[in-house]
Amino acid sequence: MTDAQLRGLIPVVLAVLVRRGADFAAAEDAVQDALVEALRTGALPADAKGWLITVAWRRFLDAARAGAARRRREDVADSDPPPGPVPSADDTLGLYFLCAHPSLTPASAVALTLRAVGGLTTRQIAAAYLVPESTMAQRISRAKKTIAGVRLDKAADVSTVLRVLYLVFNEGYSGDVDLAVEAIRLARQLAAVVDHPEVAGLLALMLLHHARRPARTGKGGGLVPLADQDRDRWDTAMIAEGVRILQTALSRDRLGEFQAQAAVAALHADARTAAETDWVQIVEWYDELARLTDSPIVGLNRAVAVGEADGPQAGLAALAALDPALPRYRAVEAHLRERAGDPVAAARLYAEAARAASNTAERDHLNRQAARLNTARDRP
Amino acid sequence: MAKYLLLKHYRGGPTPLTDLPMDKWAPEEITAHIQYMNDFAARLQENGEFVDAQALAPGGTFVRYDGEGRPPVTDGPFAETKDLIAGWMAIDVDSYERALELAAELSAAPGAGGEPLHEWLELRPFLTEPPTVTE
Repeated sequence: MTDAQLRGLIPVVLAVLVRRGADFAAAEDAVQDALVEALRTGALPADAKGWLITVAWRRFLDAARAGAARRRREDVADSDPPPGPVPSADDTLGLYFLCAHPSLTPASAVALTLRAVGGLTTRQIAAAYLVPESTMAQRISRAKKTIAGVRLDKAADVSTVLRVLYLVFNEGYSGDVDLAVEAIRLARQLAAVVDHPEVAGLLALMLLHHARRPARTGKGGGLVPLADQDRDRWDTAMIAEGVRILQTALSRDRLGEFQAQAAVAALHADARTAAETDWVQIVEWYDELARLTDSPIVGLNRAVAVGEADGPQAGLAALAALDPALPRYRAVEAHLRERAGDPVAAARLYAEAARAASNTAERDHLNRQAARLNTARDRP
Repeated sequence: MAKYLLLKHYRGGPTPLTDLPMDKWAPEEITAHIQYMNDFAARLQENGEFVDAQALAPGGTFVRYDGEGRPPVTDGPFAETKDLIAGWMAIDVDSYERALELAAELSAAPGAGGEPLHEWLELRPFLTEPPTVTE
């Protein structure tokens, strides 16, 4: 059994403990202990799920007996676990909802989801988010306290879970855990227990973007923009899976923002060269997106697409309607000015965009763009 | 071992030997510069002298308390005159001499024309915990 398969059992095991009467925080600790033991000894029986449930339940009972509220908890401990139904998809789904509960801050929801549903250790989560382990431990423990009294109602909104998974996916990777891969794993697991076109849409979006990752960085770790990527390095199997999932979702005619974003990604994936990109359709999808969300970033991406579909002047006109304070506004303007045949303004705007960049990869890329235009002019 | 901070300034240090902004370099010179910095950090990580490296965005704001129930007072960002920190690298080394040596090596990162930048870096020792043995 692989690590990922093993960790896939976590929400199921956790759900069983909670249903048997363990409170969430104690159950989560017990499952984490059982998992660590499984990984340490490496000797899982064929019925890994049964083994994990047994070990985790025993750990919970030990902790409950040793705990301060000993007497009260012994009532639970002494009674045999109720026979109850086998773990159901609803239980797993409930854990996703609990960890993404609106009373949690985004950072807490992300940390709790990765630990309680994803089964990562606190140390791994801390390393992935570049904070001290004690800080992450505290964040998780406070999150558990926040949701301690929460009872799940049936009306829980799956979009809260999707937002959390989207945040995890977008964080990329550092440390020994690849957060993008982890987000995909959790989205797959979620899609297996809930039938919702936006869950499928988010999974498709993740797959379609992840498929391009090998082509996104060049020599020395520099950013390679979509138009310049070596498309032979895209993962075609992953793209095919993403497209298939998206098509099934779209056929249900309940469009949402993740499906629309995935549709844009699918159109890019579908083009064998950058020149073959169907920009007209991409503009239409951005129009859909603008109807579905009020995110100003959509407007910015739409201006780029309009610039490709109808020419740079049309793109600049679309851009003029937006707030120049938007992140990446100057970078988009620089790109459109260059295509409109104004390299002087473009170089100045690229340099300005570099100063406003929020990460070093983008900053370096924008500086190189400015340098490319300036060098072409100074040293013909 | 002693920890030192190598501070890189956008401005506010001694007059730079060259001040051609990066967007006036050739693109491959920018790539070479970044590669040098990355290799330097990787080497320090390998030999156990690396602590941390971070880059900062140029725009910053001064903030101060303005009394109970009042919003914080802000000032800036300042366009030209003030000192401005671009980023830092923290190192943990055996001696001050070693810290100087590493700072000089980092300052030799290539710039326009592939020549060393001779960039001024500020070297600042961390204050430490008091020693256990005091006599």
